[in-house]
Amino acid sequence: MTTSDVRISEAGVADTPLLEIRDLAISFKTGSGEVQAVRNAHLTIMPGETVAIVGESGSGKSTTALAAIGLLPANGRVSGGQILLDGEDISHASEKRMIELRGNTIGMVPQDPMSNLNPVWKIGYQVKETLRANGRPSGPADVAKVLAEAGLPDAERRAKQYPHEFSGGMRQRALIAIGLSCQPRLLIADEPTSALDVTVQRQILDHLEKMTSELGTSVLLITHDLGLAAERADKVVVMYRGNVVEAGPSLELLQNPQHPYTQRLVASAPSLASRRIQVAKELGVETDELLAPSSSAGGAVVVEPTKTEDVLQIQNLRKVFKLRSGFGKSTDFAAVDDVSFSVKRGTTTAIVGESGSGKSTVAQMVLNLLQPTSGKIVFDGVDTSTLNSKQIFAFRRRVQPIFQDPYGSLDPMYNIFRTIEEPLRTHKIGDKASREKKVRELLDQVALPQSTMQRYPNELSGGQRQRVAIARALALDPEVIICDEAVSALDVLVQAQVLNLLAELQSRLGLTYLFITHDLAVVRQIADHVCVMEKGKLVETGSTDDVFDAPQKDYTKALLHAIPGARLMLPPEVA
Amino acid sequence: MIQYILRRLLQIIPVFIGTTLLVYFMVFALPGDPIRALFGDRPPSEAVIAQLRQQYNLDQPFWVQYGLFLKNLFTFNLGVDFTGQPIAASLGRIFPVTVMLAVEALIIQTVFGVTFGLIAGLRKGKFFDATVLVASLVVIAIPTFVLGFVLQLLIGVQLGWAKPTVGANADWGNLILPATVLGLVSFAYVLRLTRASVVENMNADYVRTATAKGLSRPRVVVTHILRNSMIPVITYLGASLGGLMGGAIVTESIFNVPGVGQKLFQAVIRSEGPTVVAIVSVLVLVFVIANLLVDLLYAWLDPRIRYEN
Repeated sequence: MTTSDVRISEAGVADTPLLEIRDLAISFKTGSGEVQAVRNAHLTIMPGETVAIVGESGSGKSTTALAAIGLLPANGRVSGGQILLDGEDISHASEKRMIELRGNTIGMVPQDPMSNLNPVWKIGYQVKETLRANGRPSGPADVAKVLAEAGLPDAERRAKQYPHEFSGGMRQRALIAIGLSCQPRLLIADEPTSALDVTVQRQILDHLEKMTSELGTSVLLITHDLGLAAERADKVVVMYRGNVVEAGPSLELLQNPQHPYTQRLVASAPSLASRRIQVAKELGVETDELLAPSSSAGGAVVVEPTKTEDVLQIQNLRKVFKLRSGFGKSTDFAAVDDVSFSVKRGTTTAIVGESGSGKSTVAQMVLNLLQPTSGKIVFDGVDTSTLNSKQIFAFRRRVQPIFQDPYGSLDPMYNIFRTIEEPLRTHKIGDKASREKKVRELLDQVALPQSTMQRYPNELSGGQRQRVAIARALALDPEVIICDEAVSALDVLVQAQVLNLLAELQSRLGLTYLFITHDLAVVRQIADHVCVMEKGKLVETGSTDDVFDAPQKDYTKALLHAIPGARLMLPPEVA
Repeated sequence: MIQYILRRLLQIIPVFIGTTLLVYFMVFALPGDPIRALFGDRPPSEAVIAQLRQQYNLDQPFWVQYGLFLKNLFTFNLGVDFTGQPIAASLGRIFPVTVMLAVEALIIQTVFGVTFGLIAGLRKGKFFDATVLVASLVVIAIPTFVLGFVLQLLIGVQLGWAKPTVGANADWGNLILPATVLGLVSFAYVLRLTRASVVENMNADYVRTATAKGLSRPRVVVTHILRNSMIPVITYLGASLGGLMGGAIVTESIFNVPGVGQKLFQAVIRSEGPTVVAIVSVLVLVFVIANLLVDLLYAWLDPRIRYEN
């Protein structure tokens, strides 16, 4: 165990810290003057230690880390405090000095493996230039060795490929290889796995942990996931709105959070122990209280138990894509293979699986956006494949989608009023005045102020945008809402709020949800029934409690095991 | 890959036949009699006219004329123009001059456009950037004939830095002024395209990662920002090559360059079908092949693009 107590090191009893951030302040120049992004941040990392900064987006966690490697955006600057690397203040170091330090003293593993490798250079070259820039041997064998150490199989051949020929997990391994290639003493890992599936995430983090402990590298881990931070780091620093609100040894902090924000964070961490969100029947209950796990007796509760009729029946659904394999040949690829399940009115069914499991393809077919190769989708007693174009139009009114990316799914040129009003106009519902009234009601329903109407998507936060997307989906009073990763892009607290909103709307409006997600913790909170998909096939299905408490299939067990924090023991009052 | 290239080359055949047919028809449909026009105010005897008509197949219907043209083309016999000169020989004279002019213009617009665009992009919002943007707008706004005459007078005549006209003996040196004028308009576009592309790539995640790896600033700029920014610029440059070759009529007239533009213009005025079509045919080939090269270059620059069958 490399953990050493913070206080001891601050008192100067233990050996000198590798990185010490003291009273750090960072400000950004914006159109409306200087904005303070980080205030009085302080943290200490001892050699060989892993420290995690936890916080939501905009909390200043990434900004603090970027300042440590001198990579603040052009409009940002360190406006106060010190960043001491081995006793040397690098907060205002020259660019020349920073270039010397980057790579071989401070390495970085960035967040998004899709955008952090240059698409036009081979993987091998991108490793090679790192080695070369830091004065290390950079022959093909050295490059292959670095990649192999990061767990990339067949590294020599892989080095000759381009990033687009790699999967997300492989790219992240390549980025870890680059970050650690010059054996830095400090590695900054900025959300290194947040874009990956849970099982891949687990493998990557295990490997990173193994490598850094072998090399004795200190790690500054940036994450929004408290479970992950507590599991991987010796110490956790919680940041909120640019301030460090709490810091301490991981388990201690998790079990006995002091600051109200940390307490909220711990409470809404979608851990395994949480139960389905129960909607208080009385109005006027605080949303946060609504969210509090185990506020009522355990067990999944169907909101309106009287409704037992199947609104959606999926029968032997199959979708085959033709993959081109050159020279006019093609191979069949079954993205969805013989999937059957049904959804009861007023309940939530979740389809879980990793990327490539076919869960989104199912959603697209249910939405009638994609034609099944075979099999039937029966909506309210009618086979959707028999509908003519007019009937499909009517069908769309009753089945609405909410998509994953609240940044991509709202038209940036439409203001919020127009966005929400558009489905009403398309379906020729009401006149101008009644539509405006409806939009106001919808905004009330999703707890957005009516003044939001005049604003544009880029002026809203991710959570607000997803609320707009929900309002838009509700505009036509649908019966079924298909949520395709509807909360995956949101911070944990915002995610909790949106899930809560969805649960509340369900109980109020009797909505049926089909929830597509890769996040089992979310499933636990929202779903009554779960369908687990792997490689196009339905491997397990059952009530949420059955699947979580007694998973039958190895794949389901692996998925459950891979949830960050799953192995941690939470105190009973939190769990 | 080879299949792709072959297929693209085969596509040239219908494009070629289509364009020549269209151009031949347009020349055929021009009002006025080309033979009478040759002699101006002193018309020759009817017998001479009839004889000339027969010589140039002008007495035949359109389809026969076009068929004869195609037949001659495939036997590499382009015939003679109305002054009795073999067309092949005059093409051999004018094309090298225009190619030289176009290549020189291309080099000027690329070197200056990319350099200024890169610097402006890297210094987005600073003084240099603002100046260059305004200047490029001015260049785009001024018509070529104004720009041509002004530069000819200023640099060619008053300052005497370059020859104001080219004349019969065109070489790289005395083509510098027309090449500059020809390249200036595209230069402004190349500059703006490069700048926009650099600004976009500069903030890409992989550029930050490259910096985090410990690369020096010049290395980051060249291998990660510039390289990626060249993809749209190369596409534009390739497409503009055809325009530079065929569209230099005004510039060639101002600077008296004995090139394709001037010849084409004269041939159109005289309704010389065979000459017009011969020049246009070569230009069509240049366009199609330049586009093919751009597509191949594009795949080379951006490995994500692969041509399949």
